Amino acid sequence: MSVLAAIRPDSWNFPLLVHVLGAVLLVGGLFTAVVAQFLGWRRQPSADTLAFGRVAFLSLLLVAFPAWWIMRVSAEWISRREGFDDVSSTPAWLDVGYITSEGGGLFLLVAIVLGGLGVRRLRRDGGETSALLRASTVLATIALLAYVVAVWAMAGKPD
Amino acid sequence: MALYDWLLALHLLAAGTLVSALVLYSVVIAAGRGLTLPSEVSRLFRLSRVGDVATGVGSVGVLVLGIWLAIDADEYQVWDGWIIAAIVLWALSMETGRRTGNVYNAARDRARALVAEGRDLPDPELGVLLRSSAGLAFHAATIVLVLALLVDMIYKPGA
Repeated sequence: MSVLAAIRPDSWNFPLLVHVLGAVLLVGGLFTAVVAQFLGWRRQPSADTLAFGRVAFLSLLLVAFPAWWIMRVSAEWISRREGFDDVSSTPAWLDVGYITSEGGGLFLLVAIVLGGLGVRRLRRDGGETSALLRASTVLATIALLAYVVAVWAMAGKPD
Repeated sequence: MALYDWLLALHLLAAGTLVSALVLYSVVIAAGRGLTLPSEVSRLFRLSRVGDVATGVGSVGVLVLGIWLAIDADEYQVWDGWIIAAIVLWALSMETGRRTGNVYNAARDRARALVAEGRDLPDPELGVLLRSSAGLAFHAATIVLVLALLVDMIYKPGA
């Protein structure tokens, strides 16, 4: 692995930079949203629930969602540069990356929709429970944990 | 996984933690610019406490694991130009981050003091602190320095 890093062709650097940047922004957007969602986690609706729910929703929508696309498109770019599109069997760390990026992306998408609906419902009705926001919190947390595993797999490249 | 791979994985996770804190601060700064009531500002800044912990863990982790990596890998030395540049960029980003914190911690403290005094009304001094161009400039400088650090890590100029 260390030898591979040392001999990595220069042409791989830019797609790798974009991929790493997208990945860390994705993790950052999810981290911010999850922290806000847990701060706003209440059994009864309160000003905290709405305020933190809104921050979480905007972090997911405006940071994590665009970052997911940057990470995913550049993953395909660097994968092609490295020739993984031509091989019959891909390494385990790459499979972990694909599974977590696409599975986590689905969780992220649903978390955004539920978070947006939850904020909208709380703002409109006030008295409603925040079950939608709590469901969004659970999904965003799972996505965040999946991406932490993906960062570990991408960097450590276990067999 | 060899020791080098574990160190690299943990180094990248520490970098992800540091960037997550930067994203969180960016969200707090952006959201804070639209707030007027001290109670809203005080609530928002509860997010930044988690960011402070993430900054501590991420910044120390990146530096310590990065130096350990350089010692562990035969092809790199701690005194390589790109590693020295990374340490300088890290130190500069810590300083600009500290100055950013000085500005926005003053806003947080002002909001808390107003809430404690029962004066939950728009306050000109709080507004100036939240919309401080110096705070924004220091935060932007921190982002640019961390981005430069990422570019340096991937391109490894001179290695």
